[in-house]
Amino acid sequence: MDQSVDHSTKTATAERRSLPAWVVVLAFAALIAFLALIGVGLRRVQAGPIVIGQQVPDFSMTSFDGQTHHLSDFKGKVVVLNFWASWCAPCSQEAAELEEAWRNYQPGGEVIFLGVDYTDTEPEALSYLAKFDITYPNGPDLRTRISQMFRITGVPETYFIDQEGKLAYVKKGPFTSLAEIQAVVDGLLQ
Amino acid sequence: MRDKLDTFSIKSFRYFALALLLAASLLGTFSNSARAQDPQPPSDDQVNAVAKELYCPVCENIPLDVCPTQACAQWRELIRLKLSQGWSEDQIRSYFAEQYGDRVLAAPPLQGFNWVFYVLLGVFVVIAVVVYIRVVRNLKAKPAAADAATVKPVEQDDYFKRMEEELNRREKSR
Repeated sequence: MDQSVDHSTKTATAERRSLPAWVVVLAFAALIAFLALIGVGLRRVQAGPIVIGQQVPDFSMTSFDGQTHHLSDFKGKVVVLNFWASWCAPCSQEAAELEEAWRNYQPGGEVIFLGVDYTDTEPEALSYLAKFDITYPNGPDLRTRISQMFRITGVPETYFIDQEGKLAYVKKGPFTSLAEIQAVVDGLLQ
Repeated sequence: MRDKLDTFSIKSFRYFALALLLAASLLGTFSNSARAQDPQPPSDDQVNAVAKELYCPVCENIPLDVCPTQACAQWRELIRLKLSQGWSEDQIRSYFAEQYGDRVLAAPPLQGFNWVFYVLLGVFVVIAVVVYIRVVRNLKAKPAAADAATVKPVEQDDYFKRMEEELNRREKSR
């Protein structure tokens, strides 16, 4: 009787130990891969937005007229980067002021305005640009790369980049007047 | 006379067949042009069939077919436009992914780094099946081992042996 009991115990132990090596290896590999993925994701999330004073990484935007603009092309100029969308009501509140500011600064050549159209549809975006007679370069945020880089929280949002390519000022929400835009830009030009 | 009649009937049949063929081809041409001039606009169901597999980044976790915002309404109109232009559902999904990024898709596309997720999913399923089989096997093996384990102490226990002997002795002494 004792022998049979011992035998059954041994068999159970053997069964418990008989997990194939490939399963163990696979399980560990999967676990490590999974942890690595989580790590990459966390690193991305914790990277945070571009903060004031930080160098803005180079990016490119192809405007609706087909021209490609690189941020690096505007080194030495103040860049006013405005995120907008045709479906965004507050964006239309500041559209006229932004265009007016652009027309004021355009002859000097020291300031460039760029409009980034966020998750919008092209026909409506073009109608919006025509409605407000916007003449500075505007283009879609393809694959939402630019907005993700700045980690925008909504539209409108405007980022001011100084002559050295560093983020100088962030405006969340619409500008209420032309003077508000000029105050920031003039401050950077001095 | 009969031969002439036969020849005539064959000829007339040929003309009739030719006329029929011509009429059929003309009818087909006109019906096609009529269809081209008056295309059926895509229905809401057709639009929603594509939209339900897309997510607008502005309204996270809400499928496009039920999203109430203006941005989503514009996207649905864009889908309608593309469908009316003869685009397939896959082409429209690809267009949206190219324009707004893969995150607008309900499931990540099977390309590049995304393969890892699908492979890992398969690996986890295999591991889960292996673990399940082993647990079920252990559960089946345990009752037998447990029975054996409960018998062993009773039979081997000295206290029970002595008690058994004492009972036997008393029974004999009666």
